[in-house]
Amino acid sequence: MFRLETRPAPSRVLTLLSPVIALAITVVIGVALFVLLGKDPVAGLQMFFVEPLKSSYALSELSLKATPLVLIALGLAVCFRANLWNIGAEGQFILGAVFAGGVAMQATPETGRWILWAVLGAGMLGGMVWAAVVALLRDRFNASEILVSLMLVYVAEMLLSYLVYGPWKDPNGYNFPQTITFLEATRVPRLVEGLRMNIGMVLALVAVAGFTVFLFRTYAGFQLQVGGLAPAAARYAGFSSRRALWTGLLLSGGMAGLAGALDVAGPQGQLTPYVPLGYGFAAIIVAFVGRLHPVGIVLAAVLMSMFYIGGEMAQSRLGLPKSITGVFQGLLLFALLACDTFIHQRLRWVRAP
Amino acid sequence: MTPRLELRHITKQYPAVRANDDVSLTVRPGEIHAVLGENGAGKSTLMKIIFGAVKPDAGEVRFNGQPVSIRSPHEARALGISMVFQHFSLFDTLSAAENVWLGLDRRLSLAEVTQRIGEVSREYGLEIDPLRPVHSLSVGERQRVEIVRALMTNPQLLILDEPTSVLTPQAVGKLFVTLRRLAAQGCSILYISHKLDEIRELCERCTVLRGGRVTGEVDPRQESNASLSRLMIGSEPPHLHRSHPTLGEVALQVRHFDLPRNDPYGVDLQDLNFEVRCGEIVGIAGVSGNGQQALMAALSGEDPRAAAGHITLFGEDVGTLTPKRRRRLGLHSVPEERLGRGAVPTLSLADNTLLTRHEAVGPGGWLRMHGVRAMAQELIERYKVKSGGPASLARSLSGGNLQKFIVGREIDAKPKVLLISQPTWGVDVGAAAQIRGELLKLRDAGCAVLMVSEELHELFEISDRLLVMSQGRLSPSVDSAEATVEQVGEWMSGLWTSSEVSHVPA
Repeated sequence: MFRLETRPAPSRVLTLLSPVIALAITVVIGVALFVLLGKDPVAGLQMFFVEPLKSSYALSELSLKATPLVLIALGLAVCFRANLWNIGAEGQFILGAVFAGGVAMQATPETGRWILWAVLGAGMLGGMVWAAVVALLRDRFNASEILVSLMLVYVAEMLLSYLVYGPWKDPNGYNFPQTITFLEATRVPRLVEGLRMNIGMVLALVAVAGFTVFLFRTYAGFQLQVGGLAPAAARYAGFSSRRALWTGLLLSGGMAGLAGALDVAGPQGQLTPYVPLGYGFAAIIVAFVGRLHPVGIVLAAVLMSMFYIGGEMAQSRLGLPKSITGVFQGLLLFALLACDTFIHQRLRWVRAP
Repeated sequence: MTPRLELRHITKQYPAVRANDDVSLTVRPGEIHAVLGENGAGKSTLMKIIFGAVKPDAGEVRFNGQPVSIRSPHEARALGISMVFQHFSLFDTLSAAENVWLGLDRRLSLAEVTQRIGEVSREYGLEIDPLRPVHSLSVGERQRVEIVRALMTNPQLLILDEPTSVLTPQAVGKLFVTLRRLAAQGCSILYISHKLDEIRELCERCTVLRGGRVTGEVDPRQESNASLSRLMIGSEPPHLHRSHPTLGEVALQVRHFDLPRNDPYGVDLQDLNFEVRCGEIVGIAGVSGNGQQALMAALSGEDPRAAAGHITLFGEDVGTLTPKRRRRLGLHSVPEERLGRGAVPTLSLADNTLLTRHEAVGPGGWLRMHGVRAMAQELIERYKVKSGGPASLARSLSGGNLQKFIVGREIDAKPKVLLISQPTWGVDVGAAAQIRGELLKLRDAGCAVLMVSEELHELFEISDRLLVMSQGRLSPSVDSAEATVEQVGEWMSGLWTSSEVSHVPA
């Protein structure tokens, strides 16, 4: 029979190869799935791996999906490295959108372009406020951040619904649950005329550089990670676990809030009950597939976006259910976790005793 | 006479290390046989093979002349082999009798077991109260529960793994009486230890292991400490020279310090008073679990619960400062756990310097990676740390080498006060001598050193003064040149009187 045994040292090759193998496994199972559903597997794979990269329009759409994933996952990577399990980025994303929308609605036709920065700043603040609730409850009452952050997602959804069905409903909106369409001054500028790609992507790339420096070149980043890797060593060194808690949660809340602001002031252009698209949850997968490393996160976010777009196209062109996107994303995460086992362990054939 | 236990050419290979290499060993009925070796010599693996917890790759085990294949501890017990582990496996919340009962077949009722415990403990002089909950027992009493549990099955072979590391010298004496009585009745005993004098006192034959191989089978009573340690480590440990201390000002002062326990089975620290002066090493002796770790954590600042006004560093109240602030004032510490506390296992040695050293942290918290690596490189060279360089992970080092690195990291910071717990725990003899030498050098350079240790010979070898901790209280201070093992041993059981204070210079 086969037995798992611990390697003397973690395998370096597998650390890099594991995501690639996981992707390969996902593709193989995907092909099997298409065949079972009676669809042409080549056409199916094309939807996921070729179409999203085919044209400048497709690439622009890809960047729109990848940007929020990168922003949220960066913040989550800091949290996860510090052993803080913030799984409520979706709620922080919604609050970011709500705060940003609240500011954007104040604009008048005379308002200058400066308001965009106020909109984005409000978004970050919104995400931070929502994450601060988690930090406060953990700090004061030792409440599990996993449960609190997750449950606050549903509170955030309710809050959003209340606003768009109630006080913020567009009076000329034929009673649809939505706010007014935000004025042009508050909208995130596009990079290229005719494409929806916007400066959010630039902000995300700047954030990637910033987080790389923070994690690997600053003392604050180091302290945070020691708290996650070995809490006793952090206590011995005198690194404050409270500071790590607040820094990690506020950073990830702020990033999720920024992603929310960029989304409502960008492609969406107004608040509706459909603001939450699941980016906050998908970013958890992105963060892990990207090895909690900023550069890895970019690659993982692009991959996840391809699944989003591929899923939509598979729906419209092949008549597959849209939930195929979730199936692919989940498959990838499971395959990755399975492959990661072999970084620290190896299989050995032993004769049955 | 048929040997009770015979091991022939036992070999066990682990992924990174050959733990046992062609080991053969014979134990006769009624013999007390020692297995001597340093940490990592392969003693524990060998015992686990005999006890069925590990399967050998090659070799044969014979019990009473019959080849056997022991696949589990359960089978070992059925054959008549019992083992008392170094780390106790008792449930704190259950009574002694319930703990023993748990390990036995279900055929006996709890009342019968309680009665049997009484018989066994009377027969071998192992007094225990079967009805007391384990958490209220001292460490020595807990060990007696473990031994009684092992004896309940009437074993023909009893394995004891480092049984004396948690006992006072007096308790060790009692244990030896029991073991001799057992052996006289025909029970064979395998006694694992690295303490030479104990083995010479107790055992008739001794198998010495080094690096997984047998380096000799001798009669320990015919050997000297020097010849045994040559077999054990391949050389004699270097002798340390301790000069008379040159005392400076009072560096660390503790006055009327109390601290309640923070876990239910911990110890309350009660009214501790002592001081450490520049240029001396003060050793704290005691059986583990009597509050030494709580004291060290409060002094280093890891445990932030201390009230203000009881701990002063060069006259300044530091009782409420963080470890970082205390370090800035010159107080450094080396904790007893190396992996996970003194060093982060999954980080490189270079990164691990950053835990306590800030020389490479620039303005704004910017890390100068070159400086970080250079510091690790320097520590590796100066303290002869065997490693793959500054980039190797802390967990890839052996215990002794990692300890050299951690001690080196703190000494290199030129501390004014150094707190160090179990400086040579699980460290091989060569590295231990090196670490003790470095501590003496540090003291000669004018540093105040406070050391917690369970090794009496280490305390006597390098401390200038000794304190003994028992049940969260501290004994008066005694000059280590005037102290005797017997006196310290008595104090370890909390038996010091206030009259002794006046006799002993503080």
